[in-house]
Amino acid sequence: MRRIQAVAWKEIQVYFSSPMAYIVGLIFLGLTGFFFVRDLGDPFPEASLESFFQGATLILILLAPTLTMRLLAEERKLGTVELLLTAPVRDWEVVAGKYLSVLVILLAMMAMTGYYVLLLFVFADPDPGPVYAGYLGLFLYGAAALAIGLLTSALTSNQIVSAVVAMGILLVLYFTDFAAGAVKNTLGSRIIAEISTKAHFDDFALGVIDTKHVVYFICLTAIFLFLTVRALEAHRWK
Amino acid sequence: MATEYREYGASTNPPAMIQVRDLTHYYGPRPAIEGVSFDVQKGEVLGFLGPNGAGKTTTMRILTGFMPPTQGKVTIAGFDVVEQSLEVRKRVGYLPETVPLYTEMTVTGYLKYMGSLRGVAPKRLPVRIGEVIELCRLGDYRKTIIGKLSKGFRQRVGIAQAILHEPEVLVLDEPTIGIDPIQVVETRRLIQDLGREQTVVLSSHILPEVSMLCQRVLIIHQGHIVAEDTPQRLAQSLQGVERIELEVRGPIAPVTAALRRINGVTEVTATPGRNRHTFVVQARHGQDLRDEISKAIIDGGWGLLSMQMSTMSLEDIFLRLTTKEEL
Repeated sequence: MRRIQAVAWKEIQVYFSSPMAYIVGLIFLGLTGFFFVRDLGDPFPEASLESFFQGATLILILLAPTLTMRLLAEERKLGTVELLLTAPVRDWEVVAGKYLSVLVILLAMMAMTGYYVLLLFVFADPDPGPVYAGYLGLFLYGAAALAIGLLTSALTSNQIVSAVVAMGILLVLYFTDFAAGAVKNTLGSRIIAEISTKAHFDDFALGVIDTKHVVYFICLTAIFLFLTVRALEAHRWK
Repeated sequence: MATEYREYGASTNPPAMIQVRDLTHYYGPRPAIEGVSFDVQKGEVLGFLGPNGAGKTTTMRILTGFMPPTQGKVTIAGFDVVEQSLEVRKRVGYLPETVPLYTEMTVTGYLKYMGSLRGVAPKRLPVRIGEVIELCRLGDYRKTIIGKLSKGFRQRVGIAQAILHEPEVLVLDEPTIGIDPIQVVETRRLIQDLGREQTVVLSSHILPEVSMLCQRVLIIHQGHIVAEDTPQRLAQSLQGVERIELEVRGPIAPVTAALRRINGVTEVTATPGRNRHTFVVQARHGQDLRDEISKAIIDGGWGLLSMQMSTMSLEDIFLRLTTKEEL
């Protein structure tokens, strides 16, 4: 546990000592702020965060890979992966530490959006249920997106390649929901729809916590983290 | 080669700190090392000598648990590098060939991180970092960003992280490569100091360095161990001939002829100079022909300016050993 902590703590320090965390945080807050305000500008606005949550998932497609791209690709570029893999740390502990660090950044970014919630509760009377559900969904979605980014970071020494590939995977997963509508075959369309992150996120934004969706995001995260550990192990065989 | 080392298994000596048996590693279809076996005793400084691509780095990467070998068995302090990798990694300090540093961290920050990764107790860590910084003479650079350090200092930071957790075994891959001569001297001194207490395995392709630092040398070539001994004994056992170098004022051809006539001389080579020439006389092992040679030169009426008997340097051995296989 101490080693996971050491890895995570080091990465968190790097995030905050470089401009990266601030830039990503700024973009995230700026854009989600726009989504939050947009609906409230309606003549008869609804006191909800649905639009904010939907916007945040889209923004995370771009921002999650930007956060994760450095984590393992840079170790490979600098050669420090050789140190990491010869230190008395298990491969999964390395992955856990790295993942934990970026999860903390995600939570910090989400915490800053608490400002919107505060505004909403001060000036209106929103239903609190969808707010909790939305935040849970956003966290689960973000966690999965970061796991995907971490895998692509483990597969290359080029950070740009890592980010672009992760964005690609996230975009495909997001939009298969739309593709499902175009497929006539009912079974096929169902499978494609079930893969989609968007299809599983929508209920959260509406205030529904369905275990099916929770399990989906946890599985997605677990699969990609597992693959990341394997990818890190694969370094030893090259 | 493997058969030669099999006797180690039955040895009654205390188990060696590092035991390597029949180590083979393939990158694709070509073996990087094949059937490598050796022991390193506790407190010994062992040098790996070999040209680039001989398999030094591969062997070291296996020793440190970075990668598992295709075949063979390695134990360090009694622990198997594959089965008990974590136990091995706790006991080994490793400096890879390209010094792995997080360039954006400070020296202390980096050592703190490496220390906690290596499992140095939190209370002990600051003390130990202080000791290591002192030992590697990094005192003035505690708060310096590693990216701003010169190559030599980066090397020292690399060594500092390798010894931070007081490992029983230190593996140093080309520890003096690419740094300036003054820093090379300092790095060697540091390694000598460390070698007094720890078991050290280092690789190099600089021969004087290995003979200076190591008690035992393994010469590795194309993935095989071609020789293993102390630098001194290696020089002796391979010394099939005596070489005498002399400087003579006199014409090349008659001098060469006169030298060849001496009983026991096997070969004479001449290097022309301006008005004096250098001759290298090779004689059969165990014969000191200096009396005969000086007599022959004087009798010929030439001037003998200098004469020197040279024993074969490691460099020669190295060349012999590593070129032999290609013949």
